[in-house]
Amino acid sequence: MDWLTSASSVGEKFALMFLAIALFVVVMGAILFLVDRPSRVPRWVVAAAFAGPALLLLAWGLVRPAVLTLWNSFFDKRGNEFIGVDNYTRVLTGGQFQSVLTNTAIWVILVPIASTLIGLVYAVLVDRTRFEKLAKALVFIPMAISMVGASIIWKFVYEFKPDQPGVKQTGLLNQVLVWVGLEPQQFLINSPWNTVFLIVVMVWIQTGFAMTVLSAAIKAIPDDIVEAARLDGLGGMRMFRYITVPSIRPALVVVLTTIAIGTLKVFDIVRTMTGGQFDTQVIANEFYTQAFRQNNQGLSAALAVILFILVIPIVVYNVRQLRKSEEIR
Amino acid sequence: MTTTPLPPTGPFAEAFEETADAGGEPGRQRRLSRLERRAIATKGRLSSPWASFAAILIAILWTIPSIGLLVTSFRPELDIRRSGWWTVFGGLFNGEAEFTLDNYDQALFGSGANLATYFVNSFVITIPAVIIPITIALLAAYAFAWIDFKGRNLLFVAVFALQIVPLQVALVPLLRDYVSAGVAGSFWTVWLSHSIFGLPLAIFLLHNFMKDIPASLVEAARVDGAGHVKIFFRVLLPLLVPAIAAFGIFQFLWVWNDLLVGLTFASPNSRPLTVAVAEMAGSRGGDWHVLTAGAFISMVVPLIVFISLQRYFVRGLLAGSVKG
Repeated sequence: MDWLTSASSVGEKFALMFLAIALFVVVMGAILFLVDRPSRVPRWVVAAAFAGPALLLLAWGLVRPAVLTLWNSFFDKRGNEFIGVDNYTRVLTGGQFQSVLTNTAIWVILVPIASTLIGLVYAVLVDRTRFEKLAKALVFIPMAISMVGASIIWKFVYEFKPDQPGVKQTGLLNQVLVWVGLEPQQFLINSPWNTVFLIVVMVWIQTGFAMTVLSAAIKAIPDDIVEAARLDGLGGMRMFRYITVPSIRPALVVVLTTIAIGTLKVFDIVRTMTGGQFDTQVIANEFYTQAFRQNNQGLSAALAVILFILVIPIVVYNVRQLRKSEEIR
Repeated sequence: MTTTPLPPTGPFAEAFEETADAGGEPGRQRRLSRLERRAIATKGRLSSPWASFAAILIAILWTIPSIGLLVTSFRPELDIRRSGWWTVFGGLFNGEAEFTLDNYDQALFGSGANLATYFVNSFVITIPAVIIPITIALLAAYAFAWIDFKGRNLLFVAVFALQIVPLQVALVPLLRDYVSAGVAGSFWTVWLSHSIFGLPLAIFLLHNFMKDIPASLVEAARVDGAGHVKIFFRVLLPLLVPAIAAFGIFQFLWVWNDLLVGLTFASPNSRPLTVAVAEMAGSRGGDWHVLTAGAFISMVVPLIVFISLQRYFVRGLLAGSVKG
């Protein structure tokens, strides 16, 4: 029965997959079959059969590990000795983590603003034009691919060859620099701009999301408002400033906060493009390094907790803004 | 919480609708003509050269990097090292441009890359990791929407709040459990982890859709003597197909494209494509011929799913993010 835990051939893998699905169907079917007697089963048993599996899984696989992580963050490298908040002070005041925190802050500020701005402008520009569908699809597609794939696409754009006679640049961006008469750059190595070049990748991915949500919001603006504003002589930029943006404010808040939360947790891009070297490290990737490379249990736990704590103000802002806009309505 | 309807597909679809039911009620007629006027006015704005220029510039900037990767993946290794991919467009005219499938052959079956194996792994990981959370979340969403039990609201808020918990806080303790249970690195752990991590969003989304179904339908079935199981399967499930599709695509893309969970829980034997390709980018960063082909192999399936089922994806996106 070795293949149950280490399936190696293609046949074994698919057999295992079907076995898992069948097992799952049988278990769920049995649970539902047992409670399928309208009058004889008390209601709480039915509720437990429906909601129980989800709640148990979440309690075991998300809540319990989160509490354990919080607990571990107060212990040392090996998890033996209680050291209070030392891990946190080390992250927040230690020299090596300063650039990690700064970089994360730059990411969380730049990515949402840039994606939302470009997405909004683009959504307005292509709104109700003949090419709307195609134009949107072009910007939307990066959302479908993995961040690993996106990182490779952009790493190729940033590719650098030494500036010598006879050597041609194969990265598009450096070729553009050469064409306009500048020297090719090592975009991913030269700090601090390399962080910005990594951020470009995330903006490239997230703009499609911003555009889709904002475009739907723009289309939901009542025609009377637009019409009235137009009769008052508003057009172009002023229409955008005084009608479009205020009308879609709630959608803007949701887009900004959703992207900010996603950005906070992103580590794929940094890991694939620079591995966190050259001063590009962020919290999410530092967590991975500490947890699985350095095997520093306490520190990695503290980093995970910090990640969680940083999400909270963004969510609170989101909820408060939505409450406010509901009151106005 | 309400879901936002899909955006209309553009002025042309609406104009078409108008001709289709010409002679409909006058109110509708007036609304559409106003829409048309607005469309014309908007078009007037776009004919400003700067606006068109900006739109086209963004579209080009967003497309060119992917085209570069795609073109490169079909060029011979030596050409890739010697010249930029844009030179093929000149080469097309004088017949110097060469294309090959060697890179794909090497990426899929070459001893160093062997992505064919990981392609299989990605499928084996993704299919159960989509089916299991959807099923469990459907049942839970039904309980939260239509079964009255004590503590229901509190539990639902708790599940809703779990959406914001970063995966990172759960990884290390879970991995430790898997190791001590002797199942670390197997597909089981990857399925289980993905299922758990997908649940909060799934329950929330499906609950939103379920709440939108008129209560009278459920009541009618109840009067007819149907229990919760029958109501769930006979009444609600057929109506929820679009919602299931929407979340299904979401989860599919998320699992297929995931790196963190695969990296943490999968063994070299069970790792998905993303992990293998990321590894390749680290160890063979200069081998652009294998790397471009490999990257494209990892993107093909999500691209097909995404493009063919875009409608549902957009609906899920709007339902999940626009709360109002």
